[in-house]
Amino acid sequence: MTQEGGIAEIVVRHQDGKTPARGALLPILHDIQAEYGHISEETVRELAAALNLTRAEVHGVVSFYHDFHSKPAPLPAIKLCRAEACKARGVEALVPDAERAAAGRVKIETVYCLGLCSVGPSAMVGSDVHAALTPEKLNALIEEAA
Amino acid sequence: MSTEKRIVRISDDALALALGADKVAAAFEKAGATVQRVSSWGMHWLEPLIEIDGVGYGNAAPGDVAAILAGSAPSIGRIEDHPFIAEQQRLTFARAGKTRPLSLEDYAATGGWIGLDKARAMSAQAIVEEVKASGLRGRGGAGFPAGIKWDTVRNARADQKYIVCNADEGDSGTFADRMVMEGDPYMLIEGMAIAGLAVGADKGYVYIRSEYPHAIAKMRAAVKHCAHIIAPFSIEIRVGAGAYVCGEETSLLNSLEGRRGEVRAKPPLPAIKGLFGKPTVINNLLTLAAIPWIIEHGGQAYADYGMGRSRGTIPVQIAGNVKYGGLYETAFGISLGDLVNRIGGGTASGRPVRCAQVGGPLGAYVPVEQFHLPFDYEAFAAVDALIGHAGITVFDDSVDMAQMARFALEFCAAESCGKCTPCRLGSTRGVEVMDQIIAGRDVEKNLGLIEDLSDTMKYGSLCALGGFTPYPVMSAIKYFPEDFKNRDLTRESERAGEHA
Repeated sequence: MTQEGGIAEIVVRHQDGKTPARGALLPILHDIQAEYGHISEETVRELAAALNLTRAEVHGVVSFYHDFHSKPAPLPAIKLCRAEACKARGVEALVPDAERAAAGRVKIETVYCLGLCSVGPSAMVGSDVHAALTPEKLNALIEEAA
Repeated sequence: MSTEKRIVRISDDALALALGADKVAAAFEKAGATVQRVSSWGMHWLEPLIEIDGVGYGNAAPGDVAAILAGSAPSIGRIEDHPFIAEQQRLTFARAGKTRPLSLEDYAATGGWIGLDKARAMSAQAIVEEVKASGLRGRGGAGFPAGIKWDTVRNARADQKYIVCNADEGDSGTFADRMVMEGDPYMLIEGMAIAGLAVGADKGYVYIRSEYPHAIAKMRAAVKHCAHIIAPFSIEIRVGAGAYVCGEETSLLNSLEGRRGEVRAKPPLPAIKGLFGKPTVINNLLTLAAIPWIIEHGGQAYADYGMGRSRGTIPVQIAGNVKYGGLYETAFGISLGDLVNRIGGGTASGRPVRCAQVGGPLGAYVPVEQFHLPFDYEAFAAVDALIGHAGITVFDDSVDMAQMARFALEFCAAESCGKCTPCRLGSTRGVEVMDQIIAGRDVEKNLGLIEDLSDTMKYGSLCALGGFTPYPVMSAIKYFPEDFKNRDLTRESERAGEHA
């Protein structure tokens, strides 16, 4: 999938003329990630030129943050919280079966905290949140996502 | 009553949604009721919580709608009289459960904008003096006096200054920032606008973690709706990108500037050289959210709550394996045991409480023997613990503290920005050593290594991530040595069986 053309428009959308142009790099990358599912090498080149940065600088930012990907994700994802509060509520016991059920169809991604720490274990699919997960509920999420 | 449509109030906070509030709301609408989506009361174990004429019905499912409307479903009585709510001292969360989050009408009707109007009639110095008088300290964990920080920015000379709200609430066991953004967004905006007046800044940023899509949506809408009220001050909502370390203030500033979220060495302080090199107030969300109340009622009224040098109230977040989890705002000074056992009702699993981690992934594990500790910055510091963002994560007796200590290091390794060596390498090496301990190899020698490593991380790291990771690790070893030494392999397999 090509990302050219749309990029210039996204960059322009984020310039307010007041703050330094590079300040908008994260919002720009979020838009590109949302629109195309990843941030290609060609896009990095284009962004660097548009914002007067080196390619290394843009690549450095893309690679630093967990949310940005240089390749499209091959599988749909379920973000499962495995931080302390969800551990205290038993998330680890759900993991082996969930990974077995998801194998090859859905990626069970680990996140650290969705802010639902009193009612865990919790997970997020897209921007939908789910709490008080039981093996059955998590399994249903996997089947839905697959 | 019969001809009038019943008004049913249901929260649209992410936590209520995660427990099915939307389906319940749809079922009420289908049954002919008028549904109002309000903020959450913070009684999380009862969500979705339905409120009709002040009376609450907990854990509602779509199938309960008819019985609730008929008045035949079991109720918890008047929500405001529920001990969990009635005993709180809610200043920051005064509107929780009571208003529609994005309604400007509701906000104004409940005292909204009074603080801002008052601040507009005050001098910048007078605003800062009120904040100083309140004794308000940074709620992100460091506990630095907010008024002094503001004064530094106020006195700095520059063509541009900024207000930055740190809403990168990444600590497990915390959700107060999220609840403010989703439940009372205008209060935060008002606090930021007042900060702008106090220091001479006309632009603010709210940096929200990407794991909070509902908070992002609400804040974006709120900023748009009230732009005319806060003008000439303006606010931009920025979204993080999944990096825990960006909750550290200098990383956050780098991220706002479009850079890798790496920590900056201090000095210079952000108050002198912050965002884009300009003087910047960067405060935790709860710090800024406390401001409207302080300006409306006066700094002294706020300082009248609390103990010692911890003044005012603290929105405690009771989480983890706890029966009655939720948001509990109270004056500083309440004991940890009171919060966990009396208010929280002990564990959700029904097993004995073993410990609580206070202050997120960088906070110490506090054993029950220390539950007499009062919630106070200094009291916690005196026993090598911290309040942090006031999240309490409760664990029962099935927890394996060696695994939790390992996790603290694993988390640090995953989230380290890589700038300083003690954090970047220390965390990874720490995981390896913990693995040796868990496997029962050279335990004494390896525990000595962990202690050395912790010292290096604590004193040699640039920021709190590397510097505070030793707190959970060393507290786990100190208070629960039996989980590290002579690990009982039978117990190990029992545990594996329990959790399988």
